[in-house]
Amino acid sequence: MMQALNIAFWISVLTMTFRMATPLLLGTVGEAFAERSGILNLGIEGMMLMGASVGFLMGYITGNLWLGVLMAGISGMVLGVLMAFLTVTLGAQQHVSGLGITIMSSGLSFYLYRLNVPTPGGIPITVKSFEPIKVPLLADLPILGPIFFNQYELVYISIIIAIVSFYLLYKTDWGLKIRAVGENPRAADTVGINVFRVRYICLTYAGGLAGIAGSWLSLAQSGMFLPGMTTGRGWICIALVVFGFWNPLRILGGAMLFGGIDAFQLSLQAVGFKIPYQLFLMMPHVFTIIALILVSRRAIYPRALLKPYRRE
Amino acid sequence: MINEELAVKMVGITKRFPGVIANNNINFEVKRGEIHSLLGENGAGKTTLMNILYGLYAMDKGEIYIYGEKVDIGSPKDAIKLGIGMIHQHFTLVPPFTVTENIILGYEGNNLILKTDEAEKRIMELAEKYGFEVDPRKKVMYLSVGEQQRVEILKALYRGAKILILDEPTSVLTPPETKQLFNILRRMADEGKSVIFISHKLDEVMEISDRITVLRKGKVVSTVSKDETSKRELAKMMVGREVIFLLSRPEVEVGEIVLDVQGLFVLDDRGLTAVKNVYLNVRRGEILGIAGVAGNGQKELAEAIVGVRKALKGKIFVEGKNVTNRPPYELMSMGIGYITEDRVGKGLIIDLTVKENLISKVYSAMTRKLFFLDKDLAERYSKWLIKEFDIVAPSPETPAKTLSGGNLQKLLLARELAIEPTLLVASQPTRGLDVGATEYIRERLLEQKKRGTAILLISEDLEEILGLSDRVAVMYEGEIMGVLPVKDANIEDIGLMMAGAKRLNR
Ligand SMILES: Nc1ncnc2c1ncn2[C@@H]1O[C@H](COP(=O)(O)OP(=O)(O)OP(=O)(O)O)[C@@H](O)[C@H]1O
Ligand SMILES: [Mg+2]
Repeated sequence: MMQALNIAFWISVLTMTFRMATPLLLGTVGEAFAERSGILNLGIEGMMLMGASVGFLMGYITGNLWLGVLMAGISGMVLGVLMAFLTVTLGAQQHVSGLGITIMSSGLSFYLYRLNVPTPGGIPITVKSFEPIKVPLLADLPILGPIFFNQYELVYISIIIAIVSFYLLYKTDWGLKIRAVGENPRAADTVGINVFRVRYICLTYAGGLAGIAGSWLSLAQSGMFLPGMTTGRGWICIALVVFGFWNPLRILGGAMLFGGIDAFQLSLQAVGFKIPYQLFLMMPHVFTIIALILVSRRAIYPRALLKPYRRE
Repeated sequence: MINEELAVKMVGITKRFPGVIANNNINFEVKRGEIHSLLGENGAGKTTLMNILYGLYAMDKGEIYIYGEKVDIGSPKDAIKLGIGMIHQHFTLVPPFTVTENIILGYEGNNLILKTDEAEKRIMELAEKYGFEVDPRKKVMYLSVGEQQRVEILKALYRGAKILILDEPTSVLTPPETKQLFNILRRMADEGKSVIFISHKLDEVMEISDRITVLRKGKVVSTVSKDETSKRELAKMMVGREVIFLLSRPEVEVGEIVLDVQGLFVLDDRGLTAVKNVYLNVRRGEILGIAGVAGNGQKELAEAIVGVRKALKGKIFVEGKNVTNRPPYELMSMGIGYITEDRVGKGLIIDLTVKENLISKVYSAMTRKLFFLDKDLAERYSKWLIKEFDIVAPSPETPAKTLSGGNLQKLLLARELAIEPTLLVASQPTRGLDVGATEYIRERLLEQKKRGTAILLISEDLEEILGLSDRVAVMYEGEIMGVLPVKDANIEDIGLMMAGAKRLNR
């Protein structure tokens, strides 16, 4: 059994790490923007599910997977706008609004799926999912090749999104405005920043990324849609954003760590470790709890998080 | 008619809030190059009027002209474009941001990719021009209040403000900081900028203003030139009656020691020693005044006495009982009242109603049958206190946050005095209050003294300390520089002790 944990095993773990990290990374970077602007987006789990469903349906109906990804993003954005309408315009409780969106979306995503897809004998329909691409020359490098240069396009895209998001948040005028709105909306308002608009934009962005994260699950990871297939990834994003101190680069690191653990447990299962698989499945969640206990005491939340803004 | 000499002209401004007319047909003019003070009781409508000028509130009626041109100010953005800057009563800075980030936040001329170096250079130039020091790279949360205020002023100047509104800028400043602020304001006025200055401190208003407009209950009483008025006249215009600036101290027989502090050491939030080896005592019917510039350990001393901050070393006795580091509810039930200087943040729960705040110390006495609140009793209790303490609130169900500063303070006072304390710790009880409310609060404190309460009065206002206390202690860098009977105290000596330049032998 032990000889199964050789170099090939570890290469496969690392290769898979990127793949497991991708939805977490996308979702969490989006969540960071929402929370930086002062809104806790508990709708993220539902937005991911919606993305998974809509992405799959588009891919299944048109045969164009990228169109699926695009529509998944748009469906997430629509839910983001809905979240913004509830919490920003109406000033509703963020917890309640977010959970409401998640509950609604988990039903709606399956409903849409069943409307469009016949499931003979309960067996899910599949589409031909995304394939990893080989980066010319580099993909043939030993060890590094398969880990870094033989990945899905969406993996690369998500890493680029994280890096660009970091620059956006910390080096640009927009980023300064976003962070100010989440820290002290009144201060932002008094210098002429439209607090409402900033929050709408951030939630739209968060929704879009969550939707794309969902489409990864149905279009790259599995090639099918299952109800509840996000299995709590959205909640892990909520934890990961704290772990990453709301900073996209730290989140990139955190997503890799969490993705790594997931990849590790999956690989162990694959080589046939004789431990109940439920224990393996538990690992990412247990790790989430441990990580949060360790860092959350030092985490400095955006000060205006959860507080609706009103002028008078 | 275009009048270039008038920087601001507000005509017939009216603004209603639920239950109050905050501004009632107000006419207000400010000239170019003038420092114009806006004076009025708490709740007179000064902040509201300025929020309208700055585009934060929409007025119900009225017209605004800036440099002779009729304008429509729908948001702060419009105001900034017109060259109006405002420094709010409560600062509007982002604490984890640097000085530079705070200043350039939302500035129209920013590039998408921020050029912090260039901004820093401009900030330094501006600071030099008006004669103040800042470190543009420091985070605002590490700045003193005075420094934060300078950042606010720079923020306005950076945007090219020609009309600067300052809402009670001096209520948080030490005397030297105030002086520095006045130098800056004078320089700005000499340059042709206009300054609108709101304050309750009549001495300051008389010192800095060219003209003064007095508001009362949402209406303009009068606009006068500084040279043609006096402190007394201004106070009368504000309150509508004569004001006694110094109340006569009632003669009270002092009794046994109520509070006895022995060798107390206390840490501040940063973990530095804020109170060092303090010994003091207060007797029944006595007021011990603690003078000193804010930030010299007074707050920590008060908090340790009432049990919300840990005493590191030393002992605190109340009526002979050792209460060091006992939980606050225990001290409360012994009859210790506390008027904190942070009435909005710590003293009151401003999102709750007036009634809920009033009963928050006595709710256990108001529960009947298991744990249900006796609604009638609570209602009667709060109505009685509202009347007794003359709190201006539409009803007991009004959220506390809509009350004016003076009424919030009365609310806190009412709650604390209603339990008839044996020891009262009063920290900056009249800060930010108008002359009428100040007079009222001081009267109530003296009344408590007559009742036999031992009062520890902490204040930065020397006049207040000398006017109310029986003995004066001066605090500097956490130490008591000396305690002396008020009849032996003179302002010069106390000033020297406040600056740490003089110490009395214990
Ligand atoms: N946002 C608001 N909602 C409801 N009422 C308000 C609001 N802001 C002010 N008011 C009311 O309007 C009146 C004027 O308040 P304002 O804050 O302008 O007084 P002020 O002169 O600035 O007093 P202070 O000296 O205490 O700062 C008060 O009665 C106050 O309770
Ligand atoms: Mg005010």
